[in-house]
Amino acid sequence: MGTLASVFEQSGLATVAISIIREQIEATQPPRALHCEFPLGRPLGKPGDSIFQHQVLDAAFDLLKAESGPVLVDYPEEINDDADAPLSCTIPPADDSDKHPAEAEARGLLPVWRRSYEKYGRTTVGKVVTPEQVPEIITLFARIADGEDWTSVGLPGDPTKLGADIKNFYEEASLSLSDGVPGARQAETWFVTQTKAGDVIQRARIALEKQEAGSYFTTYILPMTQVRDPEGDSND
Amino acid sequence: MSDKVVRKMLSRLEGYSFDEVPWVSPKPLSECRVAVVTTAGLNQEGNADWNPGDQGFTVLSGKKGDFTLGHFSPNFDRTGWVVDSNVVIPLDRLNEMAAEGKIGSVSDTHISFMGAQPDHTLETIRLDTGPAAAKVLLEEEVDVVLLTPV
Repeated sequence: MGTLASVFEQSGLATVAISIIREQIEATQPPRALHCEFPLGRPLGKPGDSIFQHQVLDAAFDLLKAESGPVLVDYPEEINDDADAPLSCTIPPADDSDKHPAEAEARGLLPVWRRSYEKYGRTTVGKVVTPEQVPEIITLFARIADGEDWTSVGLPGDPTKLGADIKNFYEEASLSLSDGVPGARQAETWFVTQTKAGDVIQRARIALEKQEAGSYFTTYILPMTQVRDPEGDSND
Repeated sequence: MSDKVVRKMLSRLEGYSFDEVPWVSPKPLSECRVAVVTTAGLNQEGNADWNPGDQGFTVLSGKKGDFTLGHFSPNFDRTGWVVDSNVVIPLDRLNEMAAEGKIGSVSDTHISFMGAQPDHTLETIRLDTGPAAAKVLLEEEVDVVLLTPV
């Protein structure tokens, strides 16, 4: 972010950067930066809160009054995430077919995901598969988790991108299973700790490690906040 | 593990700084045309993917909207984005500021790169794609760029 700001400034554009990781902005020294102690993914702080967003923007654009730089100012209000408080969601009845329980769970969530999509008009699912394909992909990960060779189960693409499609599908479905706007990472923690699919991906991650699938796959298939061993060992 | 702990861990990553801080003195904000440059990995046309290490950029039409977030990293919250895209690319807020006369106008053209680049020197962005993206905005007569991360 800081380096990019300097590239634009050097090209003749005045820049103001919002920062979320203070040490990175200190290291890269953009001309003007407003550091905000906000959760990653929410640089304007509060989704759905136009007043708060305007306050952040006013503070950012105020930096344009400085006559020399670098300028680094801290926004006075901090926002914490809610990773330790998973969303409270009642998962609808699973598809009653003979599918893997995690696939059946996801099939039961499809109508819920559709409600979220209709409400917000936006999805982050689709790196490799469509929302309708997510349930069947979960079964492929369940086979990996149960010990099958990851290269032979028929994954239609990069496991990390497929893992993202599954996680994002669940997080978006959760928006229709809870009240209001969730805190940052609440849906993520719900997916990983409260759902059958989350358990499958966690166990598949461990299986991928054992199969030496490659650090890229095992590092990015789940957020670093959620890496734990379901058999007992937990993260810190 | 909290988001704050993640940010602390990511703070150890190396960064690239210029020998001298470049500086442009802008016109009064009320006369400036403003564009957003985000590192969220935004696309249009429904593309939800962005490959790790890709230092390219996308040109976004603010009028068209309908952005898709394709960033490769799982290490940030996406629900805020799904509920309200202004939390990443605050075009509604900028349009309101323009209507109030706080800023001159909002560019129809905005830019996205993707952050979390493994090459901390950002050589391609510094020497190639960054200046090319800046040229796009200069041709749109943009004066001020607001940069947002995820």
